[in-house]
This record gives sequence, C-alpha cells and structure tokens, in this order.
Amino acid sequence: MRTDQRPRPPGRRRSRLSWSWADLLLLFPLAALITPLYNRAEPSLLGFPLFYWAQFLFIPLGVICVVAVYLKTGDRK
Amino acid sequence: MTVRWTELVIFTLLFAIVAGLGFYARRWNSRAPEQSREWGLGGRRFGWISWFLVGGEIFTAYTFFALPSLMFGAGAIGFHALPFTAFVYPLAFLPLLRLWEVSRKRGYMTSADFVQGRFGSTTLTLLVAIAGIAATLPYIALQLAGLEAVLRAMGLNGAGLIGHIPLFIAFLLLAAFTYRSGLRAPALIAIVKALLIYLVIVAAVIVLPARLGGWASIFAAADAKFSAAPSHGGGILLGAHNQLEYVTQMVGAALALFLYPHVLTGVLACKSDRVIRRNMVWLLAYTPLVGLFALLGYAAIAANTQPIVNAATGQPDSNTVIPMLFEGQFPVWFAGIGLAAIGIGTLVPASVMSIAAANLYSSNIYSKIYKVCRRREPTEKQQDTQSKVASLVVKLCAVALLVFINPQYSLDLQLIAGVVILQTLPSVAIALYTRWFHKWGLVAGCVAGLAWGLSMLYSIPNRSTGAEHLGGAALELGKLSILGWHPFAGSAVQVYPGLIALIANLVVAAVVTVVLRLIGVPDGVDETETAHRDEGTSRQEPVAELLKGST
Repeated sequence: MRTDQRPRPPGRRRSRLSWSWADLLLLFPLAALITPLYNRAEPSLLGFPLFYWAQFLFIPLGVICVVAVYLKTGDRK
Repeated sequence: MTVRWTELVIFTLLFAIVAGLGFYARRWNSRAPEQSREWGLGGRRFGWISWFLVGGEIFTAYTFFALPSLMFGAGAIGFHALPFTAFVYPLAFLPLLRLWEVSRKRGYMTSADFVQGRFGSTTLTLLVAIAGIAATLPYIALQLAGLEAVLRAMGLNGAGLIGHIPLFIAFLLLAAFTYRSGLRAPALIAIVKALLIYLVIVAAVIVLPARLGGWASIFAAADAKFSAAPSHGGGILLGAHNQLEYVTQMVGAALALFLYPHVLTGVLACKSDRVIRRNMVWLLAYTPLVGLFALLGYAAIAANTQPIVNAATGQPDSNTVIPMLFEGQFPVWFAGIGLAAIGIGTLVPASVMSIAAANLYSSNIYSKIYKVCRRREPTEKQQDTQSKVASLVVKLCAVALLVFINPQYSLDLQLIAGVVILQTLPSVAIALYTRWFHKWGLVAGCVAGLAWGLSMLYSIPNRSTGAEHLGGAALELGKLSILGWHPFAGSAVQVYPGLIALIANLVVAAVVTVVLRLIGVPDGVDETETAHRDEGTSRQEPVAELLKGST
C-alpha cells in the first residue's frame, strides 16, 4: 500500500483515477485461473465438454465487471 | 500441386482492395500527414476506429494459424488463449488509463519514453526499447509466416527463393502503404479484417459441425487422436501435469499483452480516456473468436486435414492446417474469402508492429545516439524520416528471419518474444503505480530475467519431435534449477518459464534496490512527478482540475 511519502503516480487526477472498492470487481474474471472449476467433460452442452463451454462463460462475466466499473469511473468525472 | 485459380482470384481481389485502402488512409481524418505524431500515432485522434485497430492488433497470425495448430497437435493446453482474453481487459483497464493519461500530458509515444521520464535512466530506456524491438521482430516474422501459409495453400508452393516471390509481392505492398500512411493504414484495414473474420468464423461454426457430424463427434475425434498417442501428453482435458502450465501461461500472456509495443501504440493513439474505457468493454466482443478459432483445430482433426509440405523447407508446415481445412470443407468461392480473411488478418498486426518498433527506434535509440554525437536534439522531421525508414528495415529483417530459417521455428521465436517482453513489466507497468524500485535495480532485474528466461526456454526438449532445445513453453518443475539447486526435484508438473523469469526479475530488482538505497547510490529524477510544475501546464492544470471537480 502506498503511503503519503511515496511519490504520487504519474498523471494522477484524484477526480478520475482514484481507487474505489468497486474496482475490485475487475478481479472477478480471474476465477478463470482456478482450473479445477472447469477441467471436466461432463455435463456437456450441445456436444461441447464442460471444459470448453464453461470457459466461454468467462466472457459475459468479464463484460459485466468492466461495464460496472466503466459506469462507475464515468460517475467520478 | 496445382494452383487453385478461383481462390487465388478472390484472394487477390480482396487483397488489392485492402492495399488500396491502406494507401488512401493517408488522407483519412488527417490534418498534417507530414508530422511524426501523425505517422506514428495517427495524430492521437482515434475514436471508435481504435476498437478495430486494437482488436486487429491483438488477434494476429497467432490466433488464426498457430493456436488452431496447437489445438490440432496438443489439445486442451492451447485453449488458454480464450480465458486469458476474457480477464486481460478488466485487469489492464486501470493501468492503461494511467499510462494513457501521463503519455498524453508529457507527449510520450512509446513505453520507453515513459521509462525515460519516470526513471531518468538512459540505460534502462535503451534496455526497454531494445527488448521491445527484439520481441516485435519475431512477431512480425510470425505474421508473414501465416501469410505465406495461405499463399502456399492456394498452390503457390514453389521451392527455394523463387517460392517466396508471392510473399515478397505481398510484403512490398504492406511496406509501401505503411511507409506512406502510417498508423492510419492498419486502422482502416482493421475494419475490413474484423468484418471478414467474423463472417468466416460464423460460417465455419455453422458449416463445419453440420459436415462433420456435430460438435460431439468433433470432440470425440480429437479425443481419439490424443488417446492414441499418450506419450505426447495431449488431451481434450488438462492432465495432472499441465494444469499449472495452463494457469501460468494465461497469467504470462495477460501480463505481456499490453506491454507489446504494437498494442500500446494502438492504445496511445486513442483520443480520450473515454474511448479507452469503452474499448475495454467492446474488445471482449472479439474474445469468442479466439475460442472458436482454437476449436477449428479439433474440426481439422475430425476432417482428417493434413498440413501441406512446404516446398521451400521440405517439411510439413503446421500453419497450413487451417487454410487446408477451409479448402477441404468450404465451397471453393468461400474458401477464397476465408483464406483472404486470415491473410488480411496478418497485415494489420504486421503493419502496426513495424510502426511500433520504428517509434521505439526513432524516439528512444536514434535520438539518444544523435544527442551524443551532435550534442543537440534531432528535429522532428529527422525523427520522422528515421521512423519511416526504420519501419522498412524492421520488416526486411522479419522477412529475412522467415526466409533463412524454417517457418517451424517462427513459433519458437514467438515464444521467446513473450518471455522477453514480460521482463519489461517492472519498469513499465509496475512503475505506473510505484516509483519504489531503484533504476539500477530494474536494470539488474531485467537483465537477470532475460538471461534466465531465455536459458530456461533453450533447455526445454520437444517430446514429439525429439529435438533437444527450444521444444515449447512447458518447463518441468523438476528441471528448474536455481544456480544448481533444484527446489522441486523429481516433479513432473509443468510451468511457463516466462513467469518464473519474471519472479526472478522482481526478486533481483528488489534486492538490488534495497542494497543501493543502503549504500546511498543516487536514483534518477522522475519528471512525471514535476509535470504540474512545468511551465505552461502550471497555469492551466489547477483550473482544469477545479472545473473537472465541480461538474
């Protein structure tokens, strides 16, 4: 964590680039790193083993998280 | 092998349209085409088009050729490209906004410009610039290898230097429109690329399962292939030994993506932070493409597709798996469109990569040398000329790489590129958040990471071909040696060596930083901190900030 003695990061404007709890949402899609979640064949969907269709689901998850933060950072302007 | 005329005519027609667009691009939305910021960053005025541009840069020949052939040969491990492109945009969202903001304020064109400003160290700047160029060169070669695979699949498969002539012609067009139009050319071409690629993948996803008996039988065919050769370690699910490799490859690829000079060039060309934020949402629309292209590798297994033998090297060219799949399964006119789509798909990244490498050269290497020799800054016009010529030289080097070594090695070079660019993470991405590291600590860390990472890559044998060196991206933990000490001796679990090298890089940088601080070695001056005190900005900045706060 940064303390007050540390130099301020470049180009920082408190109004827009300040950190918020909502930014933690951006870490949600990192669930993709937990391979035991999806490293299985069953149940399959439309012929796709779970390993394949489940990983496609990380895309809508990513979209939801980025959209949420997008709207939030827009508010802070 | 005979020339497939219908496909060749459709390909040539679409290629000609795209090249024409590239030449026209010089005048598109341009105020002063002569200035270097106009050539190298499109005048920093890209709005919606930057979505096409950045998307077109991220999805390269790697996605269209190497990834499906990796799935074709090794199975599930290749699929890491899908989940990583799902979390990389959320992850890069905030750091990119920071980098864009400081670059806009200080007029930075490259990541090395930022490093120069942040650490005031010529050595570190040169290191980052050279690493960027070194990582870009083999990446361009990979694009050209993809383009050539398409040409050879259409029957232009000649032996020797003559066999490369179709590629030379395509290359000349690419070089010419890049020289003339700069970043605007790939930006406009990226629109055509996105449309064509989407058209082709949607058609492929509908047509291929229908012809090959549905997705269930495609997966069954892949499973049967991998089960028949258990010694190669492939499979349609991850095994006990490659789960960690899957994860470390994802992390490595995600951390490396926005460090690549060409991807950063596209981001810095955005006209506002709003455009970047919007892009981070919409770029996810490209991600399904990666997964579907990867699965085409399995469709190729089910369709019993065989890569063609490259007449120049006498060996099967794994890049031709997807072109041959299109030719075998699509009606001939649509195969032509498909081949044109993936061929044109390589032009956008190749063009931006050469521009990004040229920017690094003119702004971080040439101007440094010029200053030492002439004791003054080069003029913008001089830098500009240097950039344009450098973009030609970089592309020529990439062609030489491709022609004089087996295209099979282009993948190895790409692997090396990833490990190299990852080592600039502490100086660029981490430096956006903290100035804690000492400049010489970062230099030491970067050199250590590069040396160790490359030696690890070199030591990996290839299990399927029996080659002793540079056999892939999977290092067995048991072979991991820290100065002769084997912390995980006997383990067969595999990891991506780039990430291990990055950890070593960070440890060395931290230790050297602490030691230098204790001795009291002076650190460089951080000009990004004094941005507000600079003349010009000092009067405007506080007012601008007040206005922003009140709305």
